[in-house]
Amino acid sequence: MTRNEMLQDLLVRVPIVQTLGMRCDVKGDDMTAILPFNNKLIGNFSLKALHGGAIGTFLELTAMAQLFLESDVEKLPRTINITVDYLRRGRAENLFARAYIVKMGRRMSSVRVEAWQAERSKAVAAMQGHFLLSRPELESQ
Amino acid sequence: MDINSLQDPDKRIALMRQNMGNMTKIVPWARETGFEVTAIEKGHIWGRQPFSEHLIGDPEDRVIHGGVITTLLDNLSGMACASALSEFRFVATLDLRIDYMRPAETECDIIGEAECYHLTRSVAFCRAWAYHETREKLIATAQGAFAINQPRSISSFGAGA
Repeated sequence: MTRNEMLQDLLVRVPIVQTLGMRCDVKGDDMTAILPFNNKLIGNFSLKALHGGAIGTFLELTAMAQLFLESDVEKLPRTINITVDYLRRGRAENLFARAYIVKMGRRMSSVRVEAWQAERSKAVAAMQGHFLLSRPELESQ
Repeated sequence: MDINSLQDPDKRIALMRQNMGNMTKIVPWARETGFEVTAIEKGHIWGRQPFSEHLIGDPEDRVIHGGVITTLLDNLSGMACASALSEFRFVATLDLRIDYMRPAETECDIIGEAECYHLTRSVAFCRAWAYHETREKLIATAQGAFAINQPRSISSFGAGA
C-alpha cells in the first residue's frame, strides 16, 4: 500500500474529516487539501464568511495529513500547539491548503500551512504548528 | 431585537444573556459542532462543548479533534472581546495560538472559558481555556488578538451584505 492509499484509507475513518467535508488530493509528491464550500462552514451570516474554527480545523488536519503522508507513522500525529493567522475573510467558496514540513524530527515536527481561495497568492489563513509523531518504537523506550 | 440597546454596554450584556441559547444557533459552524454559551460577564464568557461522535479526530481513542476546541475557543474569545467593548462593534480574529496540555477524554463535555484582558482602540487581546469540569483539568490554553472593526452603519447589521 502506498502512503497515499494509507492516508485515504485513514481519512474516511476520521469523523471530523467527514463532518468538515474535506479531502486530500495527492499528485506525485504534492498534496493539496480541499474544503468544498458548504453552508454549515459559515461563521457569520451577514458577512457570508467562513468560521475561523472551521478554517483552523481544516489547516490543522492538512498539517496532520501531510505529516502522515511523509512519514511512516500508523496514526495521525498529535498536536502540541498551533498558531493560526487569519489574513483575509474566508468567502463562501472552496478553500485550498498546502502544508510544508519545516522540520521532520524523530518525535516532533514543525509544519507550516497556507490556505487560499480564488488566488493562490492571496492567503486567507496561515498556520504554524508543532506535532508529536506517534512512533511505537519510541513509546516503549 | 432592540438595536439601540446594543450601544449601551450594560444593556448589551443583558441582551446577550437573554439570547444566550440562540447565540450559537445563528452561527452555522457552531451549530454543527454543537457548543453552547453558558455564562456571560463583561469581557468574560463560558461555554460547553458536548461530546459527539461526528467530532472525533482519532477513530481509535475516540477523542474530539483539536479543531473543535479551536472553534470553541475562537468563538468564545470573539464574544468575550465584543462584550468587553463600550460600544457595539464586530470583532475579527487576527491570530489564535492554542497549546494542548493533554488530549480531551472521550465521552466527556469540554468547558470553554475566554477572557478579554486588554483593549486598545483597534485590537482586543484575549486568553482562553478548555478543560473538563474545572480549570485543574486543563485540555488546552489559547491566546488571541482580535481586530475591532470600524463602526458600520447600524442599519447594515444583519442585512446580508
